[in-house]
Amino acid sequence: MDYIWLIPLVPAAGAALNGLLGIRWFGRALAGALACAAVAVALGLSIWAFVGLVALPPDARVHDVVLAAWIPAIPLETAADIGMFSVNWTARLDPLAAIMLLVVTGVGFLIHVYATAYMLDEPRGGYARFFCYLNLFCFFMLVLVLAGNLLVLFVGWEGVGLCSYLLIGFWYEKNSAADAGKKAFLVNRIGDWGFLLGIFLVFFTFGSLDFREMATAVAAMPRERTGFGVLSAICILLFAGAAGKSAQIPLHIWLPDAMEGPMPASALIHAATMVTAGVYMVARNAVLFDHAPLVMQIVAVVGVLTALMAATIGLVQNDIKRVLAYSTVSQIGYMFLATGVGAFTAAVFHLMTHAFFKALLFLGCGSVIHAMAGQQDMQCMGGLRKYMPVTFSTMLIGAFAIAGIPPLSGFFSKDEILYRAFIGNRILWGIATATALLTALYMFRLMTLTFSGGYRGPQGSPLASPAAVAEAALHGARHPHDAHAHGEADRENHEVTHGPADLLREDHARPGPSEGSPAITGPLMALAVGVIVVGFFGMPEALGGTNAIERFLTPSFAGSAGVLTGHADAALSRVAALGLMLCSTLVSVAGILLARHVYLRNPEWPRQLAARWHGMYTFLLNKYYLDELYSATVVRGTIAAARGLFAFDRRVVDGAVGALRWLTLLASWLSHMFDKHVLDGLVKLVGWTAGRASFVVRRLQTGLVQNYALVIVLGLFAFLTVFLFAR
Amino acid sequence: MMPITPYHYLVLAAALFAIGLVGVMVRRNIIIVLMSIELMLNAVNINLAAFSYQLHDAAGQVFAIFIVAVAAAEAAVGLGIILAFFRNKETVNIDDMNIMRW
Repeated sequence: MDYIWLIPLVPAAGAALNGLLGIRWFGRALAGALACAAVAVALGLSIWAFVGLVALPPDARVHDVVLAAWIPAIPLETAADIGMFSVNWTARLDPLAAIMLLVVTGVGFLIHVYATAYMLDEPRGGYARFFCYLNLFCFFMLVLVLAGNLLVLFVGWEGVGLCSYLLIGFWYEKNSAADAGKKAFLVNRIGDWGFLLGIFLVFFTFGSLDFREMATAVAAMPRERTGFGVLSAICILLFAGAAGKSAQIPLHIWLPDAMEGPMPASALIHAATMVTAGVYMVARNAVLFDHAPLVMQIVAVVGVLTALMAATIGLVQNDIKRVLAYSTVSQIGYMFLATGVGAFTAAVFHLMTHAFFKALLFLGCGSVIHAMAGQQDMQCMGGLRKYMPVTFSTMLIGAFAIAGIPPLSGFFSKDEILYRAFIGNRILWGIATATALLTALYMFRLMTLTFSGGYRGPQGSPLASPAAVAEAALHGARHPHDAHAHGEADRENHEVTHGPADLLREDHARPGPSEGSPAITGPLMALAVGVIVVGFFGMPEALGGTNAIERFLTPSFAGSAGVLTGHADAALSRVAALGLMLCSTLVSVAGILLARHVYLRNPEWPRQLAARWHGMYTFLLNKYYLDELYSATVVRGTIAAARGLFAFDRRVVDGAVGALRWLTLLASWLSHMFDKHVLDGLVKLVGWTAGRASFVVRRLQTGLVQNYALVIVLGLFAFLTVFLFAR
Repeated sequence: MMPITPYHYLVLAAALFAIGLVGVMVRRNIIIVLMSIELMLNAVNINLAAFSYQLHDAAGQVFAIFIVAVAAAEAAVGLGIILAFFRNKETVNIDDMNIMRW
């Protein structure tokens, strides 16, 4: 376990090789194999570290590796006293980190394999660049996971943000992708601003950024049951960072737009790993948050509201990828709900199962989009089940999991959260259960529209006839051939990228949608197995399981009351627990059946509903108008402020500078006049006087040698005369 | 026969110096002027040798030797200047040498 620091560095080496050499020289096979191998090595090391950790007794399952000193010991005056402050590059392996390691490297490896086939349309350089970014992301994510203190975590945090930006804007020639990357980065900046302030406050309060030292210091402080103290301030600031990274209200707006990125990047970063970093960070600081019950309530409320809001939006979106994006936002909301009610293990467990089933759903969705030649609109799909049996069956497992059908992993983790929420607060539980219904509904709306019924794509071939494409472009729809244009393809943009719509090449005509290569279906099947298996590690005791995950993770959260009292104090009877499970299962089944009923049997219902509740429908379709609200307030406000400052600059600052310029000119003119007339006059007077005087004296200079000699001799005589006689 | 005393040397040197001085002052041929300067230098040499003899100090004679050497150098330089001047002006008349003035 002393070599855990190698886990992040292997992908870093892969990224460096692919980035420095690969973009120019590597072929596709080499670049892809290198990246996959790097993550595979990291996965192997992670499994090794995990096994080593499990072999230890539960209380001793923490292993620190100090790689180097970052900030050497410096004297520091904190709120408490004067001490020494130092930060090390610490890699810390504990149960929480070990679970995250396995998730990141395991899911990451499968997604890398998937990407080798998915990205084959890329030019060679872009292919290597993509894998460079993916490996770089793994590096930073593993740094984040292994960090032993807040500062190292922050390095990983910003690094994954950077990779997210790079991958969202991977197709940077496209405006919408570049804008989405920028948006993600800027929105994350707002959260990171809070995070950084939180780190400063931690530094000022505890004089240490090490998680364990922080936890020890916090444990000695009283819980801020009433009022808003320094711990609450720290927590709310850290939570701002977590909300930015994990796309919670009000900073969730970047995640749906992030779907502009390539599908494997969306699956890895914007579904499975990075966006859950906020949950991980809150879980990391469990003791801290536990001492700020007020903030915990805020976290829970924000989480459940995000879950509900994203689920309602996901219900009406037609872009298959966006539905999944909102589903991700919604599921992360569940995780924050769990942390908010003190169920950190449930949050991490859900994080883990979510990583599997959401990666599965995203990759399956990528497979569908690939087969549909870039079509993302579910209304143009349908009936794909018979063309793509593997994708369908694996995605079905994922959909059952996210809907919470036993005995799949999503059931166990979501049920755990609902159970804890029920203990914590019935209202939260009610909203969360309603969200579970919506989850099943939108998920099976997606499945039904995509895979069931008749094929609604262009007849004969899934690829449009030129006329249909031209018409679609006219109406602002997406280009069916355009694997990359996920945004609204208005005709001009569209034609810039692809040439006039009615001059399409004929070689696009190929038989109907079909399953991809084994590199596409393999990861799907592996993830499906994961989705089925992973849940059993967290099988609750009420069902006769051991809840191994919870017991494994508990040492990481030692000191937080939620862990200590969770089951002992407030546990429900077994009957109640089983009743809750039955209830959530019934809700899920109801959602699924409703989706089938509405979207398969009565496809005109949604349209009628939308027509009847037109305002509501548009409201949801436009994502609660939050983007518009932000652009009307924050963006316009910023621009207005910038304009105001510009005007201030131009009028006041420039005016001052201009006045200064005039003053300088005036002063220099005066000085010039003084120089010219007074000083120069004096100098000229001296010169003139000397010149005049010289007219008298220069007659002496005859130039005749003998005149000079005469003067010398006369002088000599005079001198001798004085010397000899006048003495 | 009267003995030769230092006074004789001094008178001779003074006469020689006076001749040289007058030559420098009145002659117009620059070569003669140069020769007169040599006369004056040698008058000084006689003085040095005489006092060296009287005071039994060799330093005077050493100075005399130095002056002979410097005079030779001076004559060489002076003749070089005269030669260059003559090539330009076709004359050795010192009254024509009046360009070095205001």
